Amino acid sequence: MSGLVFHPGHHALHGMTVVLEVSDGRTCVGRFDTEDEAGVHLLDVGIHRAEAGTASRDDYLRQTLKFGVRRDVPHLVIPRASVARITRLSEYRLD
Amino acid sequence: MPYNPALVQPMREEMVRMGAKELLSGAEVDAVLGDQRGTTLVFVNSVCGCSAGSARPALALALKHANVPQQTVTVFAGQDLEATARARQYFSEYQPSSPSMALFRDGEVVHMVHRHQIEGRPPQAIAADLMTVFDKYCVTSSV
Repeated sequence: MSGLVFHPGHHALHGMTVVLEVSDGRTCVGRFDTEDEAGVHLLDVGIHRAEAGTASRDDYLRQTLKFGVRRDVPHLVIPRASVARITRLSEYRLD
Repeated sequence: MPYNPALVQPMREEMVRMGAKELLSGAEVDAVLGDQRGTTLVFVNSVCGCSAGSARPALALALKHANVPQQTVTVFAGQDLEATARARQYFSEYQPSSPSMALFRDGEVVHMVHRHQIEGRPPQAIAADLMTVFDKYCVTSSV
């Protein structure tokens, strides 16, 4: 039961909490599940939208790093063509 | 829906072997965290192989360090639902994730280890972080 256990046959990011930046300005934070013809599947996802009156994306991510991912939706599929960047949350660098 | 108890039993036993006390009900959680004094580490266990499979051995390593929490307790997310929900009420400012760890000192959460800080890391690296935290918060002064 101990030690690193990987998931044979799964995407390298399966199970990892990632920051997925979408070309429409949304930033989604959730566990990467899989990728198929529909797009990238995230689970337990928090979503930040760059809108007036909301926290900046960096502030949102700072809060997320400190307090964890606030789940807005249980499952989200982002079409691959809309994915601008995927970064593991633990490796995300804020200014 | 909880997994087959037989499947998760080895994961429970791994925690008990390292000295953690299993909390199986809300009442047991309240008995430990309701009037918490000193230092207590709460380990939220999980069946997740890629994260809990590192977190449990990491904690076992860290608990061999000179400075450790006065008590270590564990609840099992997805298995002991009432106990886990009750434990999370004591650190409700943090979003739930599993595995995760909350270090209490005199009733306050002084450090939280989220799942994203565990994922994909070897036990030795997680243990090193824990030992740094233990050195900061779990040193008992001798007179």
